Amino acid sequence: MKTVMELENISKTYGNITALQQVNLKIVEGEVFSLLGPNGSGKTTLLRIMAGIEKPASGEMRFNSVKVEGGNINDVRLKTTMVFQKTALFNTSVYKNIAYGLRLRERSKKETDEKVREVLKTVKLEGYEKRSAKRLSGGEQQRVALARALALDTQVLLLDEPTANIDPKNVSIIEEVLSWVNKEKKTTMVIATHNMFQTETLADRAALLLEGKIVKVGVPQEIFTLPSKLLASYARLENVFSGVSKVTGEGTSLVDVGDGVQIETAFEKTGNTTVFVRPEDIILSLNPIVSSARNSFKGRIVEVSDLGAIVRLRVKAGRDFTVQITKRSFNDMQLNIDSKVFLAFKASSVQTV
Amino acid sequence: MTTALGNEIVDGLLKALQLIFSGNPTVVEISLRSILISGLATILAFMWGLPVATILGLRKFRGRFLLKGFFNAMLGIPTVALGLILYLFFSNTGPIGFLRLLYDPVGMIIGEAILVTPITVSFTTNAIESVDPEIKDLAKTLGASETEASIAVLKESINGVVLAVTASFNRAIAELGVALMVGGNIAGLTSVLTTVIALETNKGNIELSIALAIILFLIVFALTISMNMIQRRRT
Repeated sequence: MKTVMELENISKTYGNITALQQVNLKIVEGEVFSLLGPNGSGKTTLLRIMAGIEKPASGEMRFNSVKVEGGNINDVRLKTTMVFQKTALFNTSVYKNIAYGLRLRERSKKETDEKVREVLKTVKLEGYEKRSAKRLSGGEQQRVALARALALDTQVLLLDEPTANIDPKNVSIIEEVLSWVNKEKKTTMVIATHNMFQTETLADRAALLLEGKIVKVGVPQEIFTLPSKLLASYARLENVFSGVSKVTGEGTSLVDVGDGVQIETAFEKTGNTTVFVRPEDIILSLNPIVSSARNSFKGRIVEVSDLGAIVRLRVKAGRDFTVQITKRSFNDMQLNIDSKVFLAFKASSVQTV
Repeated sequence: MTTALGNEIVDGLLKALQLIFSGNPTVVEISLRSILISGLATILAFMWGLPVATILGLRKFRGRFLLKGFFNAMLGIPTVALGLILYLFFSNTGPIGFLRLLYDPVGMIIGEAILVTPITVSFTTNAIESVDPEIKDLAKTLGASETEASIAVLKESINGVVLAVTASFNRAIAELGVALMVGGNIAGLTSVLTTVIALETNKGNIELSIALAIILFLIVFALTISMNMIQRRRT
């Protein structure tokens, strides 16, 4: 199969911070490739280099077997496009937002009109042409951003956490559109995400990125069943916390994981430790509950991922926790982004890595 | 005494309105010249100020902070002081005296443009800096070149640029120092609203001064309101 993008020994530093270290990657034509990794692992930097808006400190990128340099960077920008995590829209109408890239490609007015109508239909925003883009809801704005990218029919579509911070209804629409585009248009996609369920449902292949390094490339199942205990735990990516553990004297330990969060564990350990809590082991409630659970935190929902019968929530409670509940509970509790919630889990649910 | 002054104001106001509504040729000529000189000065200031503001707003380079500080400090430059400096440069014995810009409308346009350049640059730079930094990257990912991406940022900062145009024009049309020292208030050639108001008041020609002051107010208000309406329509 034809390789569309090839990255060879790509490194990137910002001052003293190393964002990427010797990254080697091949993106094959027509595949959906997921860059999986926790926040700060270098996913966005890697996408920005692929999009031609960031220069690597060292290494080489080839696009359709041609080395990407200053002189041909515009060719890459015309053949790829990117949807940002924080929706970026021009302060104008939905039509003009989508038409921007088409105008740069000197498409006729008629062609532009037709394309805008077509992509708005794809993202289920028919008739939104004249609406002010910035006055739409967060989810609708992200759908406009996706429509604007789709309108260009680029060879490669880069997506940076495309469903972060939006409600479940919009998440479903976006995921549906991405699947359709890949199947029907055979567009090559690279999706950066920290959501392994999204990787499992959308991606053909994935790379696990940790601290700027690619630790594994393969089909999603390979990533999730890595043999090493350490990688297996990191592969879950969610609810993995590192900190300093102190023994309480009552058979438990308190792990200070930063940002004012202390996690109580059912084991005794002193010193640096990494702990993990399974998302399904966390109980979520709207009010503080009295229970035997030793860990209880107050937080706010910052991300919702609809997985059919199951909904996964990212809750900011000092640190970010991922919680998994049923769709029925989600609907009954009338939860959404920014809902205030309480989390509880037993000390015995905390595993050490 | 107070009543006499009160009568003088009312009398002056009535005669001024008469001058305006009768389409007095002197009033029309002075008003049009003021608008033309200030308008061209604003355009000139933008021709050299916009590229400077774009670079200051979008590029990070050594000395950028100092340059921004310089333009901010120049916002409050006394117009008479600038008028004097320009007078010395433009006069026959000055370094560019051979260009014969003193007591000439072209000299006034250049002088006013220099005066409003700090407003143009500072306001536009601030407007560009307030645009979401991802807009430039966004434009590039949609296929824009470096220049096209910079234009996209400028478009996003249009409200701030409109404010810069309004403020620059208002400053140019309402100032006296440069207009008087560089233009010299020559009737039929360089006399503008502010210079005529100042000199005719001294001569006791109150009604003409009031008429021109009203027109000056109207021009400033009309421009500001129409620019606000344009901004509102855009959003």
